[in-house]
Parts: sequence; structure tokens; C-alpha cells
Amino acid sequence: MTWTLPLTFLLPLAGTLILAFSGARLGRRGTTWVGVTSVALAALVTALLAHHYLAAPEARTLTLWRWIAVGDFQPTIGLRLDGLSLTLLGVITGVGLLIHWFAAWYMQGEEGVTRFYAYMNLFVASMVLLVLGDNLLLLFLGWEGVGLCSYLLIGHYYRTAANVRAAFKAFLVTRIGDAFLAIGLFLLFRELGTLNIAEILQRAPERWSAGDPLVELAALLLLGGALGKSAQLPLHTWLADAMAGPTPVSALIHAATMVTAGVYLVARLHGVFLLAPAVLWLTGVIGALTLLAAGFAALAQTDIKRVLAYSTMSQIGYMFLALGVAGFEAAIFHLMTHAFFKALLFLSAGAVIVGCHHEQDIRRLGGLWRRLPLAYVGFLVGGAALAALPLVTAGFYSKDAILWQALAAGHGALLLAGLLGSLLTSLYLLRLIVGIFHGEAGSEGARRAEAGQGLAHGLPLVVLALLSTFLGAWLEPPLGSVLPAPHEGSEGWHLALELLAGGVALLGIALGAWLFLNRRAWLADVAARGLGARLWRLWHHAWGFDAAYERLLVRPYRGLVSGLRHDAIDALGLLPARLAWWLHVALSRTQGGKLRLYAVSMVVGATLILLVMAVAA
Amino acid sequence: MALIWLILIPFLGGLACWQGERWGDGVPRWIALGSMLLVLLITLGLWWQGDYRWPAGAESGVVPWALEWRAPWIPRFGIEVHLALDGLSLVLVALSALLGVLAVLCSWHEIRRRVGFFHLNLLWILVGVVGVFLAVDLFLFFAFWEMMLVPMYFLIALWGHSSATGRSRIGAATKFFLYTQASGLLMLVSILGLVFAHRAATGELTFSYAALRETPLSDEVAMWLMLGFFLAFAVKLPVVPFHGWLPDAHAQAPTAGSVDLAGILLKTGAYGLLRFALPLFPEASQAIAPLAMGLGLVGIVYGALLACGQQDIKRFIAYTSISHMGFVLIGIYAGTELALQGVVVLLVAHAFSTSALFILSGQLHERLHTRDLGEMGGLWGRLGSLPAFMLCFVVASLGMPGTLNFVGEFMILFGSFPVAPWVVAIASAGLVLAAIYSLLLMQRVHYGPPRSESSLADLDGREYAMLLGLLALVLVLGLYPQPLLDTAGPAMQEVQRLFDDAATPSPTTMPLGDS
Repeated sequence: MTWTLPLTFLLPLAGTLILAFSGARLGRRGTTWVGVTSVALAALVTALLAHHYLAAPEARTLTLWRWIAVGDFQPTIGLRLDGLSLTLLGVITGVGLLIHWFAAWYMQGEEGVTRFYAYMNLFVASMVLLVLGDNLLLLFLGWEGVGLCSYLLIGHYYRTAANVRAAFKAFLVTRIGDAFLAIGLFLLFRELGTLNIAEILQRAPERWSAGDPLVELAALLLLGGALGKSAQLPLHTWLADAMAGPTPVSALIHAATMVTAGVYLVARLHGVFLLAPAVLWLTGVIGALTLLAAGFAALAQTDIKRVLAYSTMSQIGYMFLALGVAGFEAAIFHLMTHAFFKALLFLSAGAVIVGCHHEQDIRRLGGLWRRLPLAYVGFLVGGAALAALPLVTAGFYSKDAILWQALAAGHGALLLAGLLGSLLTSLYLLRLIVGIFHGEAGSEGARRAEAGQGLAHGLPLVVLALLSTFLGAWLEPPLGSVLPAPHEGSEGWHLALELLAGGVALLGIALGAWLFLNRRAWLADVAARGLGARLWRLWHHAWGFDAAYERLLVRPYRGLVSGLRHDAIDALGLLPARLAWWLHVALSRTQGGKLRLYAVSMVVGATLILLVMAVAA
Repeated sequence: MALIWLILIPFLGGLACWQGERWGDGVPRWIALGSMLLVLLITLGLWWQGDYRWPAGAESGVVPWALEWRAPWIPRFGIEVHLALDGLSLVLVALSALLGVLAVLCSWHEIRRRVGFFHLNLLWILVGVVGVFLAVDLFLFFAFWEMMLVPMYFLIALWGHSSATGRSRIGAATKFFLYTQASGLLMLVSILGLVFAHRAATGELTFSYAALRETPLSDEVAMWLMLGFFLAFAVKLPVVPFHGWLPDAHAQAPTAGSVDLAGILLKTGAYGLLRFALPLFPEASQAIAPLAMGLGLVGIVYGALLACGQQDIKRFIAYTSISHMGFVLIGIYAGTELALQGVVVLLVAHAFSTSALFILSGQLHERLHTRDLGEMGGLWGRLGSLPAFMLCFVVASLGMPGTLNFVGEFMILFGSFPVAPWVVAIASAGLVLAAIYSLLLMQRVHYGPPRSESSLADLDGREYAMLLGLLALVLVLGLYPQPLLDTAGPAMQEVQRLFDDAATPSPTTMPLGDS
């Protein structure tokens, strides 16, 4: 069955090629059909692969060909299927299929559907390569490929300058991370002589002892790449703007799959990170800071999608926190459940946005629960999972695993941050749901809201809603053979933590419901004046990172560009030419044809020469 | 015998084009296309049949050429017509022939005046370039080196564009000629110095490459002679303080001229460094390696910054070229096998992607009659498949994995890292800068609000085929670059061996930043 492995990326790639060369000849139906079917087939292949893998769970590798062979540098186009890549593969093709399908409904009536599906398929192919690559160079290929597709899809509505800017920003910020990742690869190759992941994991402990400065540096560089891709502090600024893309794009790329690639990278190279305790600690701290910072920012957004974007950052913060306490399994588990419920939330948001004629400002929505029941259910189920409502939701189990790992590893501060984050999550979530579905409609679009029709609209929402409940948590990723065993601890403490975490979530929900349902006017009043207004501004602008970067990086760069525009060095090279010209001008003046001038200059010249001779003698 | 034909075919073809004009404008075009194709076929045949592996157990010192052709020229000075081919020259000759074909194709409709003479120049550029890649007699090499300039000068001066901002095509052509001519003279001095040093040591007057490589030189003399070569090649590459001619020449040249400049002429600079500067003076080259890598870094950053500020699309692309050549310079002077192989790959990749971008800007110019980026924008929906091609090549030029550019760039970086980690770390910032200028180009031309809704002419079959062919090459070789690596490999191993032998016992440590 291993030979079917390449099909998982070749099928979507074929979809891209067909769409790219067909132009508009296929028509809207044909385009959609090709775009969805290619991913559906990939999902089917994945299901078969999973079936076989679970029957005999051992890693399978398949080398297609040697990419480059020069001396020791021998990266291959080689694939590796193990529990970790299978989990990710399932998420990518499974959730990917549902989102592609939903997009058939979402994109009807939009322009550029061919382009949209061609890029989406290319994205799936790249993402599959990212998780299947058995060496870091192939992983990097997928890594850059998803970045490119993300860029193209954020800028889908390319006629609006703001969208293009958002796309540019997303690519650039992640590319900064990628440059670090690249240097990390150079370092790993120099030190270990290989880019094959299995060999790296094997050789790293032989080469380095824990805490060796070189391995810390290597891990730090890899972490840089992960932070960029996964929108963590301080490279997080692109994700909120990335919401300029169509909503299915946000669901697939900026919630379920690509942004979690950083988590995958760290988990995949856990052997290197375990040798670098300082960097591992930093990973956890960054995760904790991001989850809090993004949680606060999510409280003060007015755009549905931006709330969800900050929520995604915050949830990935949880995953990084888990990585930081060496709870790799918990991180991947949360990655999976998050893919389900965040995709559900985004698609439900898409249903709301299209239903309300492209209105996505919370203040202009409201009272929609009767008109858009399916989207409402989607938000309730997905939101419950996001807030980790105890026992019935998938999010509860995965978030609990993360907090438990933090406690078991003895990181009290990180645990506290995680619990505080839970409270924030419940609050911004309630604000979002109440804002959209309760109260009074704030605009004509919301009053004339029309519920979506058809299978393409309904089925993905229902399936994702089911996966967001405890049913999704039953899909336990087969990670035992790939990742180090999780921390053990006493069952009593675990139970206590579950009760505490559940209590916090319920408290948050109750508090949020009370605040946003009953105390709305009071809240608006607080947010409009004094300290409240200042906090609102700070959080609304997500702690002012954008402004700071604008001032520290963007403007100096622009200044440099405009200062250098005329190529000063080239002007220097022209100096001899200028000099020759001036001499020419000066000397030709003397040839004016005026006899008097000639006579004077002759006399002066002769006198000077005589003087010199006299002095010299 | 095949080698001399590689030079004679374009030479005679050029004469035929010139005279063929009297039977109509189509005749020179077809003759030129035919001769270019013939050269391409011969090189591909050589590639197919030849064996470019390093002969097992071959002694160093004697370069085992895959093919040789020699005839006496000026025997009393020891000057011969001596052509030889190894993997490196083969790759570059094949590349030149391919771009020669494209140069003819892309000027099919653009050039309407003096078509015969235009194609004579186009073909004679190829004569000069192929000669440079094949000559292993230093006098002959110099002759070809100078010969390249003249037809290029005419190409820019006679068929170029003068832009509204006061930059004239004549000025650009003159600047190009002066820069390369002056630096070429320095090289001539170095060649003569080397020849006389050789005579002083052995009593034999010869310009033969193999003989001159064995010349014993004092460190100081070697350094001065090497600098003469280095400057000539640095101007051609171009390395940053000597780059001034390139943006002007590109901006004012016709499309075919830009394709030849970017695709072929710049490559002669890198070829010269690999074939002459390093093997003839390994110790001196080793000594200036930190400086050269520093210049490479300056080039990467400076080219990228300058590119972002340009209004003229062809100047924009010209500056990105300078940035890419910075990587080439770093790779050459890192001198590891991986880096040197990466240099060859990047040369080829850059030739493909940059020529494609110039062809695309030529096509844009034919449709919009402007090269001003300020007058473009929002063209995505108006031009059929042209924007998609542009996207692909822009993405290649930013080094996206899966393209040949990525393979070249990353092999250079991987290969240079053990020698010069700080240089590579700073050069990696070039990856970010490349993203900035590449996407900026895409954004200014194709995205944003459109200026009008009317659609412009889509690509015709000829244009589509050219771009698709280049794209296929970039992608296929990007995923399977081994044919290139295997062919040029032995020549690069030889360079690496010489360079390594010259290394001082302690590995060179790079100072932070540029020198």
C-alpha cells in the first residue's frame, strides 16, 4: 500500500494543473468539481493508508528519487508515513475536503473560482509534502509552498490594495521566520552531515549533550521558523490581516493546517529540542505569552474573522505551551481537535458572512439565531469546544491534556497562564456569539439574512460539528511510536486539575453570558471612557505591534530604498566622465578666438615659466 | 571538429542574415533561428554522447578535456586557436545556444528596422560568447572576450529605447562599452604579465592555459595579476561597485539584448572566475576570498534595495540580477564542491528566470507601450495567461523550492556555511529581501485596482511556447538537477581541489559583516 503514498499529493497537484491549463473552459461547475474531487480522492487514499497503518503500525518510507547528489549532500524526494504524519495527513485531507466542499457553496457568485481552486489544491499538495517529507529540505519545499499558496489566497481579491498588502505582509513575516529556519538547516547539516529527519534524531544525541550551545542555537533557529509560520510572538502580526482572504481559505490555511505547521516542525524534531532545554523553555513561555496576548486582543475586535484569527493564535499558543513542557502528544492532539472546531467556527462565520450579504462587523450583526440556525448551531458547538466545555467537547480533552502536561512537568506559571487563557477564551467567545446571534440586528444586511441551502453548505458544517464533540476526541492520534511518552503523574492531581479547568471554563461562560447578555450597555460605557477606552484601543490594535514594526522596520527600509534609489555608487563611477566633461568645458573656454585673451595668457605663461626657472636656478 | 563549428555556424549565419535581408525581413529571422537551433542541437548532441566524468586516476595538473580542437595561429608568440570543452563549458554553451534561440524568437515582432544587421549582431554575440566558453588559449580568450562587446554595443545603440528621463540608448551603450573595455584592458595586462612571468621561468613563450597554470609566481605578483583578471570578471558579473553599466544597458536594450545580457553575458564573468581567476591563482584567490564574499553580501543587499526603488520594470529586474550574482560570488569564493556546483546551477537558473522576466517585460511593453511601473497595476484580469507566467518566474526568482533557483541558491548556502557561517547567515537575509522585491514587482504590475477594464491581447503561440518551455525547464530541473550536476561536477571538483590546496592550514574565519 505504500506505493499509494505519493497519490496524496499528486492528486491535488493534478487538480492544480488541470485547472491551470483549462483556463475558464471548464466552467464554474467543472472547476468546482475538479477542485473538490482531487482532494476527495486524496482523502480516500489517506483513509486507505490509515486503515493499513493502524493494522500494522510501523513507519513506512518511500524514496521516489534522489533530488540532489553532491558529495555528502544527498537529499531525496522521500516520504515517510508514521503516526505523526498520518495524523496530520488525516487532518489536511479530511478537513481539507470538507472545506473545499463548503467553498463550492461559499464561492458561488464570486469571481476567480478557477484560480481559487487551483491555489487551494496546490496548497493541499504542498501541505501534504510538508508532513510527509522524510528530510528537512523536502519539508522546506512544502513549507515554502504553503506560504506561497497562503500569499496567493489572501490576495485573492487582488483589486483591493489592502488585500494585496495583507498578503504581502503575511508572506514577508513568515519569510523572516523561514530565513531563520534555513540557517538552522545549514547548521544542522554542517554538524550532523544529513538532512534526513530520522538520522538527525538519531545522530543529535550522539553529537551533542543536553544544553550544548550549538544544539541550543540550532533549536532556536528552527523555533524562529516555527514562530513565523504559526503566528506566535513576535512574528504573529500577519495572521489577523490574513483574514482578507475568502473565509474557506481562513478556515483551511489560517486555522486548521498551515499555521499549525510550526507545531508539527517542533514535534517532528523533538529530539533536537529535548537537547536544548533553554529553547524548549522559551517555546513554552512564548506559547503562554501569545495565548494571553492574543486572548486579550480577541476581546476587542469588531470583525468576526479577526476575533477568530486571534483565537487561533491563542490556541496555537496552547500548543506551543505544550511543546515547551515536552508534552508533544498533547500538542498534536490539540492541533487535531483545534482543526475540527476552528474550521467549524470559520465555516459557520462564512455562512453568516455570506448569509448577511458580506457583513462581518459584529456591531452590525445581531439577532441572527432564528434566521441562520445551522450557523448558530455551528457556533455553539464549535464555541463549546473552543471554550473546552467539560466532557462533551473535543476541545476539553485536548486542552486538559496540555494543562495536565504543564502541571506534571512542574511548570506552575505556564499552567496558570493556561487557566487564565481559558477564562479569556470563554469571554471573547461569548461576546462573539452574543454579538452575532442575539440582540438586535445592526444593519440591513443582517435583517435580510438568508440561510444557506444545499448539501455543500450543510454537510461540512454537520460533520465538523460532530467532530468537535467528544466524538472527535475519540480519534486518538497514533503517536506512541513517534513521540516521547507523556509525563506521568498521580491520577488524583489529574482529576483535581480537570475539575479546576472545567470550573474555570464554566465560570468564564457564565460570566460572559451575564456580561454580554445583561450588561451590554454598561460594558459599552466602560469601553468608551478613560482606562477602559485605553485598554480597548490597546487590545483592538493587538498591543501595538504593527505600529512598532512600522516605525522600527518598515519606515527605515522605505527610507533606505528611497535614499538609494538613484544608485550613489553608480554616480561615483561616473565621476571620471564628469571630470573629463568639466575639463572639456573649462579648456574649450580658452579657445574663444579672442586674440587679446591669447596674448595675455601667453605673456602670463611666459612670465610664470621664467619665474620658475629663475627660482629654480 | 564540432567545436569550431559551434563558432563558425553563428558566424556564417550572421553573414547570411545580413545579406538575406534583401529577400525580405522573414529571411534573416529564419536563418538566425536555424543557426541558433543548429548550435543548440550540436551541443545537446555533444552532451548526449560525451563523457564528462572525471577520468579515474587522472593526475592533477593536466586538464582532461572532453573535446579539443587546435590550430596554429601566431606561432612565434606561442598563440594558437585552441578550443576545448569540459562539463562546465558544455553547460554554459548549451545555455547560450538556448537563450540565443529565445533571443531570436522574442524579437520576432519587436524588431522591424534593419532586420538583417540586427540578426548579424545577435548571432555574433553568440560567436563571442561560445568562443569565450571554449577558448583555452589566453590570447584567443581575450580576443573573444572583446569580440562580445561590439555586437552588443550595436544592439543597444541601434535598436535600443531611449527613455523619457533623459537616459539615452547611445549613452547606455557607451557606458557598457567603456566599463567592459577598460576592465578588459586590465585583464590583457594581466595576461601579458603572466605570459612573460612564464617565459622568465621556463624560457617558453606561450599563451596556453594548461602551461600557464604551472607558472611559479611570487605571492605579490600573483596577487596583482589575479586582480587584473578579477576586475574584468567582476565588471561583467557584475560585482557591486562595478555594476553601473548593467541597469542602463538592460533598460535601454531591446528585449533580445536584455535576454542575452542577463542570460549569457553575465555568465561569462562567473565562468572567467571559475576557469581562470581561481585555477591560475589559487593562493591569491584564497587570500581575497573574504573580501570577495563581503562584496557578494554587499551586492545581495544593495541590489535588492535598489530594485525596490525602481520605476522602470527593466531596471528593476536588472537590479535583482545584481542581487542574485552576489550569491554567485559568495559561492565561488567559498570554494567547496557543493557551493561551486550550486554556482553553476544558479547561473543556469538565473539565466532562465531572468530572461523570462525580460521577455515578459518586453511583451508587456508591446501591449502597454510603457515600462513604467507607475502606469501598470491591476493587470491580472486583463492579459490572459501572461500574469500567471510572470507569477511563476517571479516566484522562481525569489527562490521558491521546486524551482531551479532554489536548488542553486541553497546549494551555495549549504556549501558555504561550513567555510563562512556569518556570511551565509547575512546572505540568508537576502532570502527575505528577495521576497520583498519579487512580490513588489508582482504587486505593482498585476495587482491592485486596474486602470481600465478593457482586456489586452493574450499571448500568441510563439510567446506562450517560449515561456512554457522556460517554465518547464525551471521546474523539471528544479526537481531533478542531476544532469547539470553530473556534467559540470568534475570541472568544479578540480576547481575545489586547487582552491583547497591553496588554503592556509588554519581555515579562514570570516569577519562579521563585509570587509
